[in-house]
Amino acid sequence: MAWFLPSWGALAVLRRNFLVWRKLLLPSLLGNFVDPLLYLLALGYGLGHFVGRMEGMPYITFIASGIVASSAMNTATFEGLYSAYTRMAVQNTYLSILATPLQMGDIVTGELLWCALKGAISALAIIIVASFFGAIDWHWQVLLALPVILLTGLSFGAIALAFTALSRSYDFFMYYFTLAVTPMFLFCGVFYPLHTLPAFAQNIAAVLPLTHAVLLLRPLLTGHAPTQVELHLAVLLAYALCAYVLATVLLRRRLLR
Amino acid sequence: MPSPRLELDAVAKAYGGRPVLRGLSFAVGVGECYALLGPNGAGKSTSVRCIQGLTPFDAGQIRLDGRPLTQWPAGGHGRIGVVPQSDQLDPDFTVEENLWIYGRYFRLPAAEIHRRSKELLAFLALEDFARRPIQALSGGMRRRLSVARALMHEPQLLLLDEPTTGLDPQARHLLWQRLRELQRSGVTLLLTTHYLDEAERLADRVGILDGGRIRAEDSPESLIRAQIPGEVLELRRRDGGLPDPENWHQGRVAAAERAGDTLLLFDARLDAARAHFAADPQYQLLQRPATLEDVFLRLTGRELREEEG
Repeated sequence: MAWFLPSWGALAVLRRNFLVWRKLLLPSLLGNFVDPLLYLLALGYGLGHFVGRMEGMPYITFIASGIVASSAMNTATFEGLYSAYTRMAVQNTYLSILATPLQMGDIVTGELLWCALKGAISALAIIIVASFFGAIDWHWQVLLALPVILLTGLSFGAIALAFTALSRSYDFFMYYFTLAVTPMFLFCGVFYPLHTLPAFAQNIAAVLPLTHAVLLLRPLLTGHAPTQVELHLAVLLAYALCAYVLATVLLRRRLLR
Repeated sequence: MPSPRLELDAVAKAYGGRPVLRGLSFAVGVGECYALLGPNGAGKSTSVRCIQGLTPFDAGQIRLDGRPLTQWPAGGHGRIGVVPQSDQLDPDFTVEENLWIYGRYFRLPAAEIHRRSKELLAFLALEDFARRPIQALSGGMRRRLSVARALMHEPQLLLLDEPTTGLDPQARHLLWQRLRELQRSGVTLLLTTHYLDEAERLADRVGILDGGRIRAEDSPESLIRAQIPGEVLELRRRDGGLPDPENWHQGRVAAAERAGDTLLLFDARLDAARAHFAADPQYQLLQRPATLEDVFLRLTGRELREEEG
């Protein structure tokens, strides 16, 4: 079962992805900053003008924390789908790594660490931008948001990678975005509190990972104490672990034949 | 007797009930260059994938230095280098970065990585291209970089899956020369090829693979001597018709093969056959020494095969 578990080799895979990213640092960072800026301006100011306050805070503050969570999801998902698929199926990077002492567990772990790190970079960009709008309550609790963001990235990266292992082309990813990512973006409490949804929709949202990321990150970034911390962490962790196992098994089945 | 560097023992593999390897056995001695020669679909790439641990096989065993691969840490990858059939270089990095990144996967220290990559870039005539992106390299350079990358961790065994397929003549000769030097320095080579001249030029021993097992195995010269009596006379008709439709040659030469529009006659003395066919102006005749290609045709059948699946 050694192929299943990660070793030091995962760090070599993480490092490889980081070095590629560093080559395109400026355009990549620019995207990370401009994107959230547009959202905060359009929704926070534009829509916020009519909404006023939500859950006792200015609307821009409310959605800033939601967008931090959804951005970690989006970035990790994108990396786990498109970029990972390119490495797996187009560039044969995984096959060339499998000719070295590294095993499937190292590849998957390295990829997921990178998904989490990239998700954290984009989330951090939003926190910085939102701070200029006074939408982040800066106190020590904000630091606790970082591990939650990383865990969010791990979960979504792992789910995406499992999907990638099954995909026959880039076209499949559209389904995943339309059927999974976009609904979560719209119905998991990023733009409005969950209790405004009908009961059945609330129940569905309760089992989706983004809901739990939002419920942890919003209080941490707005100066409130999060509730049911263990439950939210457990759900995110369960998604991450199950998807890790699935992704590793599926990738092994796909590449070793 | 010391154990061979690599030993395949009755390796069998089927894909969905279709057997690809049927009890494949051969051994490659320390410092030897062994060529697996076979038509498309014979199981060459599957053999390499099995040795690499990329294809779990159904039966048999593969041993490295006398020990089953499964007992080596990381499947023996610390001692085996692989040059895959299609280049798997990292297009996001330059030539030297490709070597550095790869060295990391073997956990080589930074100083060692720099020393090795400098050495290998010089050895494979890539020094002037160290900072070039992969896209700027020709096919031959890419293949040489693939070889350099496979040598980063100083493997004792180098697997080369069709190393010169798609390369122009100059690029092939440069690569062959480097592979011979590599062998002289003590590296054991296992290569697959369907180029007979490649096997003749590089290999100490050739195994002819057909239908998933070795059909004949020896040095190129001995294989030719054992399979082909003497010289070869190639016959073709200018009108494209079947040469010698009445089978005049039967009983008059030691052996014959038909390959499409060509009739190949094998014998130590071909003067009579030559005189007979030269009398008809429709015939084009070519008399030449036997090559591995003739052995290959005799053993694996005449017709070209299309890749299956």
